[in-house]
Amino acid sequence: MTPLEATWNDRPGLMGWLATTDHKRVAQRYIVTTLVFFALAGLMAAVMRAQLAQPDNHLVGPDRYDQLFSMHGTAMMFLFAVPVMEAVALYLIPLMVGTRNVAFPRLNAYGYWLFLFGGLMSFTVFFLNIGPEAGWFSYVPLAGPQYSPGKRQDFYAQLVTFTEVAALIGAIQIIVTAFKMRTPGMTLARMPLFVWAMVATAFMILFAMPSVMLATTFLITDRMVSTQFYNPAEGGDALLWQHLFWFFGHPEVYIIFVPALGMISEILPTFARRKVVGYAALVIALVTISFLSFGLWVHHMFVTGLPPLGMSFFTAASIMIALPTGLQIFCWIATLATGARVTFATPFLFVIGFFFIFVIGGLTGIMLGASTLDQQLHDSYFVVAHLHYVLIGGAVFPLFGAFYFWFPKLTGRLLSERAGRWNFWLFFIGFNVAFFPMHILGLEGMPRRIYTYSEASGWQGLNLLSTLGALTIAASMLVFGVNVLRSWRRGQAAPDNPWRASGLEWATSSPPPSYNFAELPTVASRTPLWDADFPPATVTGLPEKVRSALVTHVHDAEPDHVEILPGPSVWPFLAAIATTLMFIGTVFTPWALPIGSIPIAITLIGWFWPSADEAETLREIEVPPPEHAGASPEAAA
Amino acid sequence: MMQGALDTAGPFAQHIAGLFWTFVAVTAVVYLVVMGFLIHALRRRSRAAAGEAPADTAKSLRVIGGAVIATAVVLVGLALSDFFAGRALARPPADAMRVQITAHQWWWEIEYPDANPSLRIRTANELHIPVGKPVALELISDDVIHSFWVPSLNGKRDLIPGYANSLALQASRPGVYQGKCAEFCGLQHAQMNVTVHAEDPQRFATWQASQRRPAPDPADAVAARGRDIFMNSTCAQCHAVQGTDAGATLGPDLTHVASRSTLAAGALPNNPQAMASWIRNPPAIKPGTRMPASQLSGDELAAVVTWLGSLR
Repeated sequence: MTPLEATWNDRPGLMGWLATTDHKRVAQRYIVTTLVFFALAGLMAAVMRAQLAQPDNHLVGPDRYDQLFSMHGTAMMFLFAVPVMEAVALYLIPLMVGTRNVAFPRLNAYGYWLFLFGGLMSFTVFFLNIGPEAGWFSYVPLAGPQYSPGKRQDFYAQLVTFTEVAALIGAIQIIVTAFKMRTPGMTLARMPLFVWAMVATAFMILFAMPSVMLATTFLITDRMVSTQFYNPAEGGDALLWQHLFWFFGHPEVYIIFVPALGMISEILPTFARRKVVGYAALVIALVTISFLSFGLWVHHMFVTGLPPLGMSFFTAASIMIALPTGLQIFCWIATLATGARVTFATPFLFVIGFFFIFVIGGLTGIMLGASTLDQQLHDSYFVVAHLHYVLIGGAVFPLFGAFYFWFPKLTGRLLSERAGRWNFWLFFIGFNVAFFPMHILGLEGMPRRIYTYSEASGWQGLNLLSTLGALTIAASMLVFGVNVLRSWRRGQAAPDNPWRASGLEWATSSPPPSYNFAELPTVASRTPLWDADFPPATVTGLPEKVRSALVTHVHDAEPDHVEILPGPSVWPFLAAIATTLMFIGTVFTPWALPIGSIPIAITLIGWFWPSADEAETLREIEVPPPEHAGASPEAAA
Repeated sequence: MMQGALDTAGPFAQHIAGLFWTFVAVTAVVYLVVMGFLIHALRRRSRAAAGEAPADTAKSLRVIGGAVIATAVVLVGLALSDFFAGRALARPPADAMRVQITAHQWWWEIEYPDANPSLRIRTANELHIPVGKPVALELISDDVIHSFWVPSLNGKRDLIPGYANSLALQASRPGVYQGKCAEFCGLQHAQMNVTVHAEDPQRFATWQASQRRPAPDPADAVAARGRDIFMNSTCAQCHAVQGTDAGATLGPDLTHVASRSTLAAGALPNNPQAMASWIRNPPAIKPGTRMPASQLSGDELAAVVTWLGSLR
């Protein structure tokens, strides 16, 4: 066992499994968990499509149907789309920036466990038939104490708390890891575009999530201790919820979509075999989208009777976001146009699918952002079509491309290309068959969230078609699941860099060792692995007997100091259990807050308790100041 | 029958439909152009080596800049067309006919106000308007948020507790236009229908006159018995019938219930069988409805249905 292995490997056994703070193991669990939640939420959509396949159907009743669409939306947004993007980032970013772990490894593990327990709680209450039933948007007063008795909305509010705490933890990891742990040479202007996208996303999370946490806290206090934030009869305001919710809810869409833009900017140039055209323009576009995303929320409220001038402002802001998005698409097309002839491997197929689907969603988004036109389209099936074109086309297709692209790095095995093509084509065709007809249904007057419709409406044909499309998507997901399970065990072994990509994550073995890189490479360009003299140098002088990382300056990535990262610990897991008990307790009594904070305090003390062994090792090695080895090719060999 | 936002029957919906087709035309061209470039890029044979920046990067950036400017021009054009279309349907004229609509879980209370209380009309789920005359709807909610949407006539508007909203309607040809609640409002959101009956002015005036009359006296003994059962059972605790002692306002006003085309906000057609099955067990037809199952015996129920059937 090399010193690095001795320092970084987890102990074997259950304790080692629970205590791990390896960002790769944590992120892999995160990804698998979100995919399981994705499958469950997808099955809920399948039940809804079965219910709507024919008029006056009685497969599920209205209450079950309401729980289905509420849980489908909540799970897809809070338990799949946001966390899966963060999970992929938590796996890749340390590798992409050339370091050995995320900035706060124990906090990272805590965030994952909290997310897992929050997700388990939500699906448990759904399967107990007491799931939230007022939609993922949970408008008051319908979700308030008077119209939603019982505990359903309290579980909803706490699900939001769970996942938002986890999302904020992920955001902090991403920002600090990307800003302070990049390897020497990787200035901001050389940071991979996926990392840029995740930094932009993480900042959106930091500013958007507090708004929804505030909104759900008001909701839970209205329900539990009779505050009256949302009760117009007592001077509260029903629209307050909508402003707070959509101030989060619209950036949320970009929190899901921007990471996918980053994925495309990694995958597409790899297949075009050239550097991306317009790196600076792409970064500016990502940052612009993040800012603009906070100025659009009112387009979710265009039919609430707001003043026309205000709506015109938000129309302009909503439509404006098409500019940076269009800019990205133009840069990618230019990259393809000036690059080498592409091979249509599965990751690239999904990127092409993104273009064909997402652009439709973007264009219908312009229609919905136009306040006058939205008067008809709002809350109709047209919106259901649009949002799936944007979220599935804009985020899930690139995400699947990313799975096929980075799966060999995670597992050391390639996914089957043949199954991948089936996966893609079934998904692409099924998607369009399922969702395109919904545009027409919306124009024909079919509102969202109805559990049934009459034969007289004339909507049955297109609904049946849509259900057939949903079945095709289900088949495609089955192919994907089988492909993952089979390839993970028996797939073709992957070399370190199967796609001949340019990023640092491909410079280490597949899968990477616990310490990521035996020798930490520095970089001299945006596409280090395409450089003739990679690596220009390696980082030397980091102590190997403790978990250490090189901290560098934000802008130029010049070495600053050596940081000792905390080792594995079971305390984050225990702290997450204690936090879970408190969060679930507050569904039933406000006393859970003061009483429940006691076990949390105890576990946090355990978490931060210094270990005598570690202190001893640190004294022994007397951590030296870091050295940035001179740019000698010998050092690299 | 198929209706919708593009099958318009009035000037407001027509404005929006015109706007929609403008957007569709423009965005379709944009889509085809962008996809054309993409397909062209994918089919091109170029030989740039990995990692080497080809010489045409500067040219690419110029083309990208041009495309961004073109996009901006298109977007400004679309935003302006939306703005001007919006101004065209901003407010109903001052002489518009006023109708108050109060949304309830899960039905629409419709009231034609009048300074003279005896000329006031209260009905439910069925809005009658004269063709060619603008109507100003005053929209309020009694419980949760709902949204009033008759796509053939205009866009939708939310009814929000604590707020008073308004929406203009105008029909340019007679017809029955289907509408639905568009904001999720609970268990029976799916069965919260409204129909707009646009009639030529004489027919509308006839309807108005008949609705202003109190309920007629029972024509026969069965109907009279039905009325007595109605008054002495739980029915009268929620429903009003003008000209009788029943004056409660929790449920729809039934003074002219037999003149309406549907029951339970469009969940059932209005005929004696449907009326009987509805009264017997409403939650079986609309799970979650506030109206409880009745304890009436078979012939009591038949008598009540007979009396209600006479309230034209």
